[in-house]
Amino acid sequence: MLQVHRDICGYCGCCVSVCPEGALELIDAYLAVEDGCTGCGICAKVCPLGALEVVDEGKV
Amino acid sequence: MKAKYDVLVIGAGPGGSLAARTAAELGLSVGMVEKRPAVGAPVRCAEGIGKEGLAEFVKPDPCWISADLRRAEIIAPDGTSMMLESEMAGSKVGYILDRKVFDRELAWQAAEAGADVMVKTRATAPILEDGRVRGAVLSSCGETRNVEADVVIAADGVESKFSRWCGIDTTIPVREIMTSAQYLMTDIDIDPYTTVFLLGNEVAPEGYLWIFPKGDRTANVGIGISGKKSGPGHRARDYLDRFVASRFPNGKTIEHIVGGVSVCKPLPCTAAGGLVIVGDAARVVDPLTGGGIYNAMFTGRLAAKTAADAISCGDCSKEALMPYDSAWRESPIGKTIARNWHIKEYLIRLPDEKLNDIIHSAASLNMKEFSTLNLVRELMKRNPKLVVELAALRALLL
Repeated sequence: MLQVHRDICGYCGCCVSVCPEGALELIDAYLAVEDGCTGCGICAKVCPLGALEVVDEGKV
Repeated sequence: MKAKYDVLVIGAGPGGSLAARTAAELGLSVGMVEKRPAVGAPVRCAEGIGKEGLAEFVKPDPCWISADLRRAEIIAPDGTSMMLESEMAGSKVGYILDRKVFDRELAWQAAEAGADVMVKTRATAPILEDGRVRGAVLSSCGETRNVEADVVIAADGVESKFSRWCGIDTTIPVREIMTSAQYLMTDIDIDPYTTVFLLGNEVAPEGYLWIFPKGDRTANVGIGISGKKSGPGHRARDYLDRFVASRFPNGKTIEHIVGGVSVCKPLPCTAAGGLVIVGDAARVVDPLTGGGIYNAMFTGRLAAKTAADAISCGDCSKEALMPYDSAWRESPIGKTIARNWHIKEYLIRLPDEKLNDIIHSAASLNMKEFSTLNLVRELMKRNPKLVVELAALRALLL
């Protein structure tokens, strides 16, 4: 699943624009991960700050 | 905010505000919503725009002009500098704006023209009926309401979620998102009249690093790299931090800015029943420069005019709104985007050595009248070993 490191995120919306599932939503000053997220990691790759991380379900 | 408008605009950036202002000036009832609590903030932009283009939409005002530019400097991967003076660059000279003030000015103008404006108000879904858009569900400070509209103008920026909810795929390919970071820095040694562009695979893979002056000793120092080249330890911010540490070690960062810029082709279709898509949401950013302010204002105004025509005919179907799509594609911006997409694809494939060669000979040229085509012609004369590459570029320009 996708973890958002809120202390790193710059809430810029870059990740939202590349999500193939439309599962990310930028709401004012925070990023919401919605149900459709498949954990593909595209958003984590493009984040200019490294605020997103795909983690194993068990570790969360 | 009323329960029904002629035109509902989603997003109050330059595209949305131009749409709202134009529609209101044409006598339509207009609502414009902005999800952020403040129009213009946070900034997600390097803030450059051409002078002539800007003046088509708003009278230049020192209140929101941070720098009046005279020249551009392009720095090759090996450090060679090439100057483009304003006499040569023609309409290419421009301003660096203060987007916080600029965006507010445009929103004020929309409000003054009669548009209703609501901030901290987010569209969460379209209202769809018989396969066309009839308005939007809005969420504002915990309250949800339906607002109907004959035409919705989606000006929701790089995220472009509204159109996606309407069934239009707005996903930007990973290799065509410029993932970007920028510091507004002060107390740095810069020329307040020169924009600097640094190229090269080490500096900014498939993108560029920029220094855009914002007054004396102050500048936007930023970088955009291809999403394809981004990853742990080599993100936009990593490249920027390395550059800043070596070039401006004593500079002070007074604003931290991040964002994504599309350099893909525009959406294949930017109109649907009851819906028009403008600006970054329509992916009408210039794929070569990453500039999007002018294109957003241009498409915003055009969208409002088309909506007004459609509304006056009582027909807001896709067919009635399609003249918007064909008009911007046939306009200078549509043609420039199409051409610059190909030039961008050409340039990102050039190895640093070839880019060095091209900039070396371009730097030594003394062109009275600058045009890209002229430049390529001159380069071909001087670089027989680059003739294949340059011929490919020339073909794109003709």
